[in-house]
Amino acid sequence: MSVQNLNTFDPFADEGDPLSSTQDVGSQQNYIHVRIQQRNGRKTLTTLQGLPKEYDAKKLLKAFKKEFACNGTLVEDEEAGQVIQLQGDQRAKISTFLVEEGIPKGTIKIHGF
Amino acid sequence: MASEEPLFDPSLKKRKKKTVAFSEDPLGADADPTTPAPAVIDNLTTNGDAVDMGPTTVHEQMKQNGVIGNDAEETVEKEDDDFKAMFGDLKKKKKKKEIPLDLPEDNSGTSTPTVAPAAEDLDFSDLKKKKKKSTKKAALDMEAFEKELNQSKAKEAEDEEGGEEGVPEIEEAELGEDPFARGRSDRDYTYPELLHRFYAQLHASNPALLNSAGKRYTIAPPQILREGNKKSIFANVSDICKRMHRPPEHVIQYMFAEMGTTGSVDGSGRLVIKGRFQQKQIEHVLRRYIVEYVTCKTCKSPDTLLTKENRIFFMSCESCGSRRSVATIKTGFQAQVGKRSKNKTG
Repeated sequence: MSVQNLNTFDPFADEGDPLSSTQDVGSQQNYIHVRIQQRNGRKTLTTLQGLPKEYDAKKLLKAFKKEFACNGTLVEDEEAGQVIQLQGDQRAKISTFLVEEGIPKGTIKIHGF
Repeated sequence: MASEEPLFDPSLKKRKKKTVAFSEDPLGADADPTTPAPAVIDNLTTNGDAVDMGPTTVHEQMKQNGVIGNDAEETVEKEDDDFKAMFGDLKKKKKKKEIPLDLPEDNSGTSTPTVAPAAEDLDFSDLKKKKKKSTKKAALDMEAFEKELNQSKAKEAEDEEGGEEGVPEIEEAELGEDPFARGRSDRDYTYPELLHRFYAQLHASNPALLNSAGKRYTIAPPQILREGNKKSIFANVSDICKRMHRPPEHVIQYMFAEMGTTGSVDGSGRLVIKGRFQQKQIEHVLRRYIVEYVTCKTCKSPDTLLTKENRIFFMSCESCGSRRSVATIKTGFQAQVGKRSKNKTG
């Protein structure tokens, strides 16, 4: 198999479900979701979900905590993977922080009210 | 440009045309803006009317007037700051948008300039007033709400408009071929004058331009009540859903996913949301829902249908016929809030 051009390719082979690779069409699989959740009183919680693999969530959390002067934790979720949880409404700050670190703004999705 | 000149000529007074120097060369339209440039100051002083027009073109004047009008309205309605900003922006943009769009119509109309310049000015101001009145008629908070809805729309419009910016200049220069009704035809007209004239005629010939804001997409502002300490009631969900032509379940699902809460619909069709929410916040969520699931991405029309096929929602536009899939509503990670003992899963 040294000559790649001579590889056989059957155009009629069963491809399987064309949507299988793109797990959910029209969905937000590769977005970074920043959400807010209400706690009791006027307290809130900010969660960051869908961080790309190349970023170290632990280090990011540390930077967040220092930068935003809030506490936070790393939560393991079976669906969402690693989720960063921060105290308070840090959505805007997270967004600016990530953008400054070179993450394209289009991939960050801020939810909430 | 040159091909259209003969169309203009017959209806105009020939003698004046001869005296205009730049009208004779076929590339007159292109040459116009450059030639009168040095004569600007002279013209301004000789012509009293031109002094006013010097700093601002009609276009800008309209914008300014629009802004002033907005300020007046804003003081009346005590809305949030960002509302105001959007409000102002929108007015400006919209006016800009309307003008270049109808240029082709105007060409036919301007060949017969019947109204004297002064009269045109009067007409013009009337139009502005009409516009203001019509906007004021609407209920104030409704207006603000709907405006912000249209904000994205307006942005798009601005983009389009940026591309067309060059058009009015050329058209206007072409109009400059025919002399002003004032009878002094031996001088070169300044660009602002010509532009002023163009817009005056444009609005004189089709007055619908200024007050045809297009059919706005309006939605009643959400009514939020507080039930007890920890629950909010969204009273007019069903009404709003009906307005948007969306199933309430879909809207409610989106709202819950977006706000990270839960809730239920009570007996009288009101939505009970867990957590404290203000009207502003709900409005914000609704607005995003509308942008995402109601307005057509192609033509910005709200006349869309949402259908579900194979677990995927498709939105098809009624007015332009475009069809696209929309993102499924997904609840993200929900953090553990409150006591663990209360939570069955935790």
